[in-house]
Amino acid sequence: MESPSAESFLRQMATLQALERELTTLSQSGRLRGSLHLAQGQEAVPAGACAALQPSDYLTATYRGHGYVLAKGCSLDGVLAEILGKATGLACGKGGKMHLFDLSHGLLGTNGIVGAGVGSVVGAALTAKMDRNGRVGLTVFGDGAINQGHVHEAMNMAALYQLPVIFLCENNLYAEMTPLHRSHGNVNLLERASSYGMDAIQVDGNDPFKVYEVVKKAVDLGRSGGGPTFIEALTYRTVGHYQADAGTSYRTLEEIEEWRQNSPIKRLSARIGPDAEKIIDEADELVHEAVERALGSPDPDPATALQGVFA
Amino acid sequence: MIAATTELSFRDALRKALTEELERDDNVFVMGEDIGRYQGTFRVTEGMLTKFGERRIIDTPIVEPGFTGIAIGAAMTGLRPIVEMMTMSFSILALDQIMNHAAKIHYMTGGQATVPMVIRGPSGAAKQLSAQHSHSMEGWYAHCPGLKVVAPATAADAYGMFKASVRDDNPVIFVENPGVYTIKGQVPDDVNYLVPFGKAAILREGKDVSLIGYSRMTHVNLAAAEELAKDGIDCEVVDVRSLTPLDTETIYESVRKTHRAVVVYEDWKNGGYGGEIAARIGEDCFDDLDAPVVRCGGLNVPMPYARVLELECIPDVKDVIEKVRKIR
Ligand SMILES: Cc1ncc(C[n+]2csc(CCOP(=O)(O)OP(=O)(O)O)c2C)c(N)n1
Repeated sequence: MESPSAESFLRQMATLQALERELTTLSQSGRLRGSLHLAQGQEAVPAGACAALQPSDYLTATYRGHGYVLAKGCSLDGVLAEILGKATGLACGKGGKMHLFDLSHGLLGTNGIVGAGVGSVVGAALTAKMDRNGRVGLTVFGDGAINQGHVHEAMNMAALYQLPVIFLCENNLYAEMTPLHRSHGNVNLLERASSYGMDAIQVDGNDPFKVYEVVKKAVDLGRSGGGPTFIEALTYRTVGHYQADAGTSYRTLEEIEEWRQNSPIKRLSARIGPDAEKIIDEADELVHEAVERALGSPDPDPATALQGVFA
Repeated sequence: MIAATTELSFRDALRKALTEELERDDNVFVMGEDIGRYQGTFRVTEGMLTKFGERRIIDTPIVEPGFTGIAIGAAMTGLRPIVEMMTMSFSILALDQIMNHAAKIHYMTGGQATVPMVIRGPSGAAKQLSAQHSHSMEGWYAHCPGLKVVAPATAADAYGMFKASVRDDNPVIFVENPGVYTIKGQVPDDVNYLVPFGKAAILREGKDVSLIGYSRMTHVNLAAAEELAKDGIDCEVVDVRSLTPLDTETIYESVRKTHRAVVVYEDWKNGGYGGEIAARIGEDCFDDLDAPVVRCGGLNVPMPYARVLELECIPDVKDVIEKVRKIR
């Protein structure tokens, strides 16, 4: 599998950027309620990582995982409708923003519980190994999640059973509002992961090509029976943790500005040149139209609240 | 003499109680996620770090079982921890520590050890937080012997019950529905104002039907009573406040007067704590009842996301009125 072109990466990243801009507007106008976790500044990680996966590979992500969901190939219309709580959403409006599932694209869920998607992807990798179906599982989580005990339990078992898993840790330097050094006794995440007996690699998470390259290597290793890999993608969220956080009370404006200048979309646009603007405009338009369609979609029938508890 | 009072929101009353208890006893400290530097996602711990410093306002990693276990150990050895769960839904990760350890230690050690700690945080649905973040956990904890569970509805009770929680020598689960934080009320200007556990409050007297609830549902009951009064149905509103221990006497007295009861709770109707209250009334007040005791609880489904579906699931004034009309 060849690396996608710069243009293709930019299209993916610009789609996520546009989606989040639209959702922010809806949230500010009160048309979208509840927590909205944005990934502005982190767009290169999902774009690079998902490009190294096949549509049938397994994926779990977090409440901040809209970019993974789109890059994995899930329908923009279905995702938007779910986020807006519409009957036409991926889960008919029942799951919502934090719980996006699309089994037809290997998406075993974004998750509202910090670290909770890690175990399920290891389980999916167990299926892959037992069925010899050739699939791998990738789970993405934050630097904060790596302190959760069950994340470590899952990493240990993935190494123990030599399962085809990619543990992709997006290190954006903060867990909600807490900086890394205030929540980790050892801030070297690679050491913590490699202690379980797996390769642990750090990568510039703001460069989709580099992310693609390391994930691709890990995917190949997993497919060939070589077991799990841990990847730490260094990145930065240039907006608040969620809609109620400006993101400025625990970080300096200089720090945020520096990362904004280094944002993956800026970097990639500079590399592409004048065509970049056109790609971004197209993504904006595509997403805007999809938002209009989703807003016009029907709400679920209240009676459906009682349906679907059991299979 | 009636003590002077000040009008405060539930949240401000809670913060005032927390501040005063930290000032009163140096063994009291607070642990939780983003409670110090960020001052709490629901702002209950606002200003605490500046006032009390890092020794007593401890930001933790995102490790609910870890910090709950640590708090238990600290409580067993002389400190009085207050643990903030960012939401009670996350306390599910710490269930083993809470139910298998905190709740049992005094009993299992033959009384050698006590666990004077408070676990507090928002419990219940709030603005489309959907299936994983909308749990009402109080019924789970009230089910477990060894935990005291309180769920105040008013600012004064938030103040007096929180102080009582901190001074209690047992693990106390202090439940705050996100919908009550901004509700205002008069709070006594008394640093030793304690609302004892195991005492329900009658917030509105009535003779026709008893509406029994706690936390935010008490406000739903008050609003329903207001509506029903227009139609000549006179409801008594009983605010349970304390689930464990439970003040059955006040509840029974009300039922003996009205002969009809509706128990209202946001938790799943099936197996929620309102079912326990209803069963007790049924067992002990059978001869006083003119109608079956009715439960008005949340729908038995994971909380759906879409607003129209979420609204279906949470008991509201309309639902309470409907239940009352069934028996009256
Ligand atoms: C078990 C649990 N505890 C707390 C929370 C609240 N919470 C949501 S996101 C978050 C921070 C997670 O940080 P990190 O893992 O670094 O990921 P990031 O948000 O930076 O992408 C917290 C504490 C939660 N959702 N689940």
